[in-house]
Amino acid sequence: MTQIAKNTTGRKLGLVIDLDTCVGCHACAVACKEWNDGGHMAPLTDEDPYGAEPFGVWFNRVHAFEAGPQVESGCGGGGDTRTVHFPRSCLHCEQPACVTVCPTGASYKRGEDGIVLVDEDKCIGCKLCSWACPYGAREYDYASGTMKKCTLCVDRIYNQNLPPAERQPACVMVCPASARAFGDLGDPESEVSKRVAERGGVDLLPDLGYRPVNKYLPPRERSAAASSAPLPDAAADADIGQRLLRWVDRVLSR
Amino acid sequence: MHPAASVILFTVTSGMGYGLLILLALLGVTGTLPLAAGFGLAGFGCALALITAGLLASTFHLGHPERAWRALSQWRTSWLSREGVLSISTYAPALVFAAGWVLAGRNDGLFALAGWATVLLAIATVLCTAMIYASLKPIPQWRNRWVPAGYLTMALATGAPWLLMLITAFGFERNLSTAIAVLSLLLAAAVKVAYWRSIDGAAPLATAADATGLVRYGQARLLERPHTEQNYLQKEMGFQVARKHAGKLRVTVLLSGFAAPVLLVLLASVLSSTAALLVLIVALPLNWLGAFVERWLFFAQARHTVNLYYGDAAV
Repeated sequence: MTQIAKNTTGRKLGLVIDLDTCVGCHACAVACKEWNDGGHMAPLTDEDPYGAEPFGVWFNRVHAFEAGPQVESGCGGGGDTRTVHFPRSCLHCEQPACVTVCPTGASYKRGEDGIVLVDEDKCIGCKLCSWACPYGAREYDYASGTMKKCTLCVDRIYNQNLPPAERQPACVMVCPASARAFGDLGDPESEVSKRVAERGGVDLLPDLGYRPVNKYLPPRERSAAASSAPLPDAAADADIGQRLLRWVDRVLSR
Repeated sequence: MHPAASVILFTVTSGMGYGLLILLALLGVTGTLPLAAGFGLAGFGCALALITAGLLASTFHLGHPERAWRALSQWRTSWLSREGVLSISTYAPALVFAAGWVLAGRNDGLFALAGWATVLLAIATVLCTAMIYASLKPIPQWRNRWVPAGYLTMALATGAPWLLMLITAFGFERNLSTAIAVLSLLLAAAVKVAYWRSIDGAAPLATAADATGLVRYGQARLLERPHTEQNYLQKEMGFQVARKHAGKLRVTVLLSGFAAPVLLVLLASVLSSTAALLVLIVALPLNWLGAFVERWLFFAQARHTVNLYYGDAAV
């Protein structure tokens, strides 16, 4: 049913992604591919994987951005720019238009935890849901003729066969920088909600009104000292310690 | 957005059929057309054949056409589903009204009701097709107030020349259908120009900084893409026509789709039935060419917000 199911528990499971610590290693994308290729929405078909033009379905894509003032003028921007690794995946929105546009009822949002899923047996492969998603979260599988998307590892997080510590999405488990956290963003007392509050987590494209559950933690501000230029090599105002060091430098440089 | 041939074929062909159906039913039910059996058969035959061909074409791009019946189930939320339900519902009153016309030469009572139902359902179907696009927030060139008007006027501007050609072929009085054809062509051209002005002058919907949540740092610019090959998102939503080509194609739409057909329709109006028919047989394909190029541009000029993650500064 593509009418948005009423949330029955107040639970909104999702991810918090820390853009400050993400190192852009793509481990999340690879671990996701590995798990989900045998998971709920399997397979994540690869076409021509070892050929000239590999093409395949992935639920995570890690982009790299430059952020700062006046980046249009080119890289650098006075040293005040930063490189931001940006992992992109389904945000499990509270107003997912990908679900409401679906003509068949294949796309749905679960009432008990808010996870957005596709019933592969009902999908007709019209691709309209992928047009309705502003974030590019859905990828079409030409081999199966159906749409595929992140399941928030629904087959891990409730999996009684896994040790409790491993009942997390594969991307969160694998992240070497702990840049990804999984939890209930509907509970203000949860670890993830506290992290979002503390770090000023943001929604992507908030004006479109999709109300993503996943939050992104922005890179930390740099301190004034880190932003200032190195001290000039001026002899006049150098104190005795600096003059001594410079003399040592000259002696050792001979 | 990638202009899929099947979707363009579907929307243009079925729009043409619905335009013809709307005019036939409207003029038939108001008693402005002769209820001749042969003419009715040809008119409704063409309209329903165009609609059916279009609907079949729409299933060509599906991954699972055999499950297409499921698309009738979600009319509460999905414009695509509503379009499916209404397009199939339109057949019932259209066939009843056509039967009254062809078999009994009647347009009163139940047949009048069926005629009006045909008009309303056909209009609603075309508007649902438009709303599939006009409801998509990530694509500013589609979520535009001119889009529903554009689809409806294009349906009439491609259906009206059909009606005029059929009326000419049957040797009936042509003044009213000539006027309808000229007016709907001019109206559709005006709406199209207004739509192009609107999308050209619109402020961007979002920037790369909005898309990445990096607004507080100023701007954001893509440094590196996530993959070495094109992915589905880029194939489906990355397609863009060069601005200079778009300009030429717009001129093609205006000349071939509207200007030439208007002139030929006016020329035909002063000729004998036979000569007029020959002129209209030239006018119609020109009209179709313009309509196909217009619909191709509708896709090729649409820009999806996902491109903000692939190098676009603003969408």
